[in-house]
Amino acid sequence: MSETLKRLQETVILGEPGEARELAAQALEAGVAPLTAIEEALNPGMRVVGDRFERGEYFIPDLVMAAEAMKGAMAVFEPALMARREQRHVPGIVVIGTVDGDIHEIGKSLVATMLSAAGFQVYDLGVDVPASEFVERVQETGANVVGLSALLTTTMRNQGVVIEALKEAGLREQVKVIIGGAPASPEWAQTIGADAYAENANEAVAVVQGLLGNDNGSKMGVGK
Amino acid sequence: MRPCLQILSSETIERIVSEAYDLLSDPGVCVHSDRALHLLAEHGAEVDFEAQVARIPADLACQAVETAPSSFHLYDLDGQPVVHYGDDDVHFDPGSAAIEILDHGAKHSRSPVTADFVRFVKLADGLDTLDATATSLVCADVPQEIADLYRLYLVLLYTRKPVVTGAFAVETWGTMKDLLVTVAGSEEALAERPAAVFDACPSPPLLWSEITCENLMDCAQYRVPAELVSMPLAGATGPATLLGAVVQHTAENLSGVTIHQLVNPGAPIVWGGSPAAFDMRTGTPPMGAIETMMIDCAYAEVGKHLGLPTHAYLGMSDAKVVDAQCGFESGIGAVLGALAGVNMISGPGMLDFESCFSLEKLVIDAEIVGMAKRLVAGMVEREAPLALEVIRQVGHAGHFLSTPHTRRWFREELFIPSPVVDRDFRRGWEAKGSLDAAERAHQRVEEIIAAYEPQPPPAEIVHELEAITLRAAQSAGMDRLPNRE
Repeated sequence: MSETLKRLQETVILGEPGEARELAAQALEAGVAPLTAIEEALNPGMRVVGDRFERGEYFIPDLVMAAEAMKGAMAVFEPALMARREQRHVPGIVVIGTVDGDIHEIGKSLVATMLSAAGFQVYDLGVDVPASEFVERVQETGANVVGLSALLTTTMRNQGVVIEALKEAGLREQVKVIIGGAPASPEWAQTIGADAYAENANEAVAVVQGLLGNDNGSKMGVGK
Repeated sequence: MRPCLQILSSETIERIVSEAYDLLSDPGVCVHSDRALHLLAEHGAEVDFEAQVARIPADLACQAVETAPSSFHLYDLDGQPVVHYGDDDVHFDPGSAAIEILDHGAKHSRSPVTADFVRFVKLADGLDTLDATATSLVCADVPQEIADLYRLYLVLLYTRKPVVTGAFAVETWGTMKDLLVTVAGSEEALAERPAAVFDACPSPPLLWSEITCENLMDCAQYRVPAELVSMPLAGATGPATLLGAVVQHTAENLSGVTIHQLVNPGAPIVWGGSPAAFDMRTGTPPMGAIETMMIDCAYAEVGKHLGLPTHAYLGMSDAKVVDAQCGFESGIGAVLGALAGVNMISGPGMLDFESCFSLEKLVIDAEIVGMAKRLVAGMVEREAPLALEVIRQVGHAGHFLSTPHTRRWFREELFIPSPVVDRDFRRGWEAKGSLDAAERAHQRVEEIIAAYEPQPPPAEIVHELEAITLRAAQSAGMDRLPNRE
């Protein structure tokens, strides 16, 4: 691996978005193919970060900053891929949000961050998202994953409402639905007909990869 | 700013000290050491040699308080100053000396032996929040006559941390000093960079036994730091009023400082103690009682007022097993002691009125210590302005986890506990086996002991330590030392 790629990988491990962007540009200038850089520098870098998190050496801010660095580099590589008419392997398209009536942001945002770092195309709809908006965005983006977050026992039933709306729109077969949030549980997922539940952002990546049957791919940030 | 606890008004402190000085001359102090009585008499005390009572004039005690240093360092075996006895600096060491040990999961305690002591030293070595170690267990597999020095011998073999210790007899102090000199290189080096402090405990009310008085004077002579451990029991061996107990404590410690400084002015000495309330139902000395902790914090204030380094036995519990009482008593005590700015707090690991040690409790207490230290480190103004920039940067959407600011500061702002402290989601906790604190602590005990990396002194020093200890053992009727592991 070239010196530039090694340093690019380091910026992911150390979580330095600015430097990551710079080194990504340098790599392109030096003639490195964007796909090579993604596969040989970025993805293995995130795997190191995930391992360190699992060992208790890294903490959530380290994880998030690594994802930000990944995002920084990808912002440089994506246009280059387009120009070369190449496509990176996108494991899935995710529409994610906190359900109607609930304004709790952080858990959902962490999941979105970790999924994008794992290569997913993520559409984060924010908080207090009505069921109809989930439906529209799934139609628009051709998403195959829907993430529903709720922090309150009073709003968690709206996770079920979204699932019903997806059914009515004839989209339920097209998507895997994953739920999370403090009051949610694997049992609740079953009750409302979701496909899976994840305990935290790290685990969410593994769960979604498992649902899509490509968990043998990138194992970065894999949970317990 | 450093958060602190103030339990006495300055007027009350003045009154306590004034009454304590009065007690030194009437009724005076009983001293079971001719050497000390002569020394006191030479310097103007009125001594009744038959009754072994010295009436110490206030100015003599005042002068001793003046010559005693306001601070000094304890050094690790590599010669680094790691404990600063002075100011409001707070350090912790395990409690001592336990004559029982509680195995994980057991309801009954038992007598500790050499292998237990070695496991204890290895564990304390691996707990970073403990600044010093201690000779915490009394091994039952060696003769009583060498029980004190044998503990120090094992400590010196297995850890580089400084040690809080004590002698059980007049003669053994010299042997313990020899062990320390062996490691330090010379008596001068030991005085220059002491790695040990010796507890010296007067007997309440107002009495110095021969053993502790001689130990105290030996410490002064060789300039090995001494720690005064006055221990009135409020209502039993001291007045029932909490302030009354502090007055007696002050008088006992002042007499100790006087004897000590007369031997060698300027030798390091610590204003410590192990007083307690008295449980009027059972007749026990509860170390976890809030009144015990109040007396401790109050006498520490008196010590600070006199300009002396301080010590206390806090962070202990009277529970018999590692349960909720064990946690709350230890937690309250450690936090109060830290807020009071006690320089050395002894207690982690100790149960059952300072008599029983638990390795599991020690690792739980190490977390309490981490939190207590974090508390007194205070809320620091890390940046100026405090947060305008980062809050504006994040604005109304998004979160702070993805700002460099968070990563820059979280490690300094948070005390990050070991897995002994459960902060998992319930399902995560269940996935790890639904373990309670004692069970998690037991896992950590075994992990730390397994990860212990030996850093023994050089072979010739080990050989000499063994020779000294073996000679002492042989004169106590034991041919060879027990296997250590």
